[in-house]
Amino acid sequence: MSKIQIPLGPQHPALKEPENFALVLDGEMIVDATVNIGYNHRGVEKALENRNYIQDIYLIERICGICSHSHVSCYINAVEEIAKVDVPQRAKAIRTIVGELERIHSHLLWLGVAAFELGYDTLFMYTWRDREQVLDCLELLTGNRVNYGINTIGGVRRDITKEQADEILKKIKYLHERTSYYVGVVTEEPTFLARTQNVGKLPKNVALELNAVGPTARASGIEIDVRKDNPYFIYDQLDFKVITYNSEDVFGRAVVRVLEIIESIKMIEQILKNLPEGPVSVKVGWKIGPGEAVSRYEAPRGEDIHYVKANGTEYPERVKVRAPTLANFQSLPYCLKNGYLADAIITIAAIDPCMSCTDRAIVYDIKKGKKEVFDWEELRKYSIEFYRRKGIKFS
Amino acid sequence: MMDAIMPVIYIAIFPGFLFLAIYSTLIQWIDRKLTAVMHNRVGPPIYQPIADFIKLISKEVIIPDNADVLMFKSLPYIAIASILVVILMVPVYSNDAIIKFSGDLIVVIYLLTIPTVTFFLAGWSSTSPYSTIGSMRVMTQLFGYEVPLFLSVAGPCILAGSWSVSDIAKYFTEHPSMILVNIPSFIAALLASQGKLERVPFDAPHAKNEVVGGQFTEYSGRPLAMFLLSIDIEMVVLASLINAIFLGGVFNFTGMIGFLLFLIKTTFVCLIFILFKVAMARVRVDQVVKFSWKYLVPLSIFQILLNLYIKLK
Amino acid sequence: MAKKPLRILPEAIKYLSKDPATSKYPFEKAKVYPNFRGRIVFDSEKCIGCKMCMRVCPSKAIEIILSDEQPSPQTGPDGNPIPVKKKFDCIMNLDRCIYCAQCVDICPKKALKSSEDFELAQLDRKKLKLHYK
Repeated sequence: MSKIQIPLGPQHPALKEPENFALVLDGEMIVDATVNIGYNHRGVEKALENRNYIQDIYLIERICGICSHSHVSCYINAVEEIAKVDVPQRAKAIRTIVGELERIHSHLLWLGVAAFELGYDTLFMYTWRDREQVLDCLELLTGNRVNYGINTIGGVRRDITKEQADEILKKIKYLHERTSYYVGVVTEEPTFLARTQNVGKLPKNVALELNAVGPTARASGIEIDVRKDNPYFIYDQLDFKVITYNSEDVFGRAVVRVLEIIESIKMIEQILKNLPEGPVSVKVGWKIGPGEAVSRYEAPRGEDIHYVKANGTEYPERVKVRAPTLANFQSLPYCLKNGYLADAIITIAAIDPCMSCTDRAIVYDIKKGKKEVFDWEELRKYSIEFYRRKGIKFS
Repeated sequence: MMDAIMPVIYIAIFPGFLFLAIYSTLIQWIDRKLTAVMHNRVGPPIYQPIADFIKLISKEVIIPDNADVLMFKSLPYIAIASILVVILMVPVYSNDAIIKFSGDLIVVIYLLTIPTVTFFLAGWSSTSPYSTIGSMRVMTQLFGYEVPLFLSVAGPCILAGSWSVSDIAKYFTEHPSMILVNIPSFIAALLASQGKLERVPFDAPHAKNEVVGGQFTEYSGRPLAMFLLSIDIEMVVLASLINAIFLGGVFNFTGMIGFLLFLIKTTFVCLIFILFKVAMARVRVDQVVKFSWKYLVPLSIFQILLNLYIKLK
Repeated sequence: MAKKPLRILPEAIKYLSKDPATSKYPFEKAKVYPNFRGRIVFDSEKCIGCKMCMRVCPSKAIEIILSDEQPSPQTGPDGNPIPVKKKFDCIMNLDRCIYCAQCVDICPKKALKSSEDFELAQLDRKKLKLHYK
């Protein structure tokens, strides 16, 4: 049979969000793969410059539904570094608790989605039923099931009472038993093992070269975790391990994520048993002084980088977001080649793609035939020229 | 005059199209409701499969430009027609089927291959990339389960000494202890039927997450409703065939009691199909072929040798 | 690692005798925890018209306007008029609000509060613009 090219997406039942993977198939085997992104671009970075710092928190929260707290915490770390604010310990502890609860939520959701892509509906239904316990914990603490809104510049907005802490500890214990059961299912069910072992292989040197982050890299044996390399909040006082696995395939990524749930459960128990006392926020003014900062955070999908530049007014001058999925997309063409079409779906699902976080702008110049990335001044000149040619003048 | 009408009643009403359509709707509801209860959720109400069927036949049919219109529209009816002939040769309300002659087991097996060929032609005549991949997967899977299915029904044949389905059922009615001897090929036949019906774990051809609908991607409206009905009817017919060959049919009862026993035993076989669906994930197409040649074929051959030994002792 | 076929089947069979985990929502009330951030309610007795809530709202959903009916001016015992607090109204656009409760946090006189009301869907868009007096 000759080679046929099929487009996987942007509309496909397997993808949760639109991206396009152009696959060239020879029978069932994938010979070549290209990743085309950009379907979810919303102009978030430009919109952030017209709102003051407190309004920006809510816009950044909505870059992604699952990693919302990660994006906000990363942004607030950068802003507090510019404003030279000293956040109280209790606020940092509460932020860590919500961050770890979000990690449990994201990994349980991923386990269900991976089981669904494999046709394993039973595991999908069970993990999503147990996810409701985590969502109840978050609603108890923050007032909403997703898009928590618990961070503010200088601390957190709500405090934890003793009853809430006890309720969370009860639900966490239930989750601990259920996750141990899922570890058993993932490592012992023969059909699951047959679909995930030796699939989407990413050797360690290629992962280092292509800059994989998060559980994708940790499953190839690379031990990187921002919580250990560059600790923020109260991670330097907590006792936890960085989970790695050496199998370099989709099975390793599944095992790493399930074991990370158990580590997060242990971390939350440690924090809740010795919560530091004190106020939950300090007052910060409207204007953030001139300066710039870069901050990194370990989101459930990997390392998230935010850059903030402030110029002394109420509005930020530039905010740039680099989401972890953008780094993991670079390693996808390597994983997809020489695999089967049926494996392409689970390989794409195994890097846990969050397309909404990913899309920023790239300009393709058709006449010159090359891609370039514009910076702010060039983009502004280009857009003014574009509209002037159409006859619209801005003053 | 009764002689002239009876064939029409047999084919169209009982045990023909109308009875099979209603019974397969009931079995589909039991399948979905039982799966839902095992998943710890509520599941559909009893009229859901009928509602789905009625909704599908009222939708518009869109045919791709390059497709062959005559083949596209007529293939579902060919699938249903071949399955309806099979039910006439399987014991339904007594251990004497309506049509029986020596060698009808082979006719049954060949007739059951026709629906698979219609799936392949349906995907191929649609000429879109996803349906081409789906129809190739149908053919690849055919290499996997067809041989074990044939070998595993050959085992009880040798024991009973005849190639007719009704005679095999009568043999097991007289020697009930021989049912336990044939358990290995019972298991092989169950797994091969899962492949033939394209149910999890062997539903790679029309897997929704990988190839958008497989061989059924371009189908909509009435042809799709007929194809899905043909898959459900095939499930009931295969269950009754396995019941007749491995579990002794309806023993010595006739009439109403025989019919009731038939319903209970085919539901029991369908329950085993449902348990397989709940407990496993979908397996890749090349792994299906490897699995069946590595495990199912040796199991059936072992059963044939065992039966030969018992027969000649 | 050891392979056990049909690993999840014993657990699945256990659920044949249990109730479903789904809550039948429109026929049963939905359970909401206290401190849930629902619709915002306004108390015009406490509002002083500083408009800090308008400054901080991320989606321009709240608007404070001067009320049509002002309290009548009062005179003190020595004949001089006593300053009377002006009355303000609040217009809340429920279709723009993102229920973040930032206005609740920042109000200096605690005139805004979060209720637990979340069943706010309407077919007519004009009904989503509430005018609190």
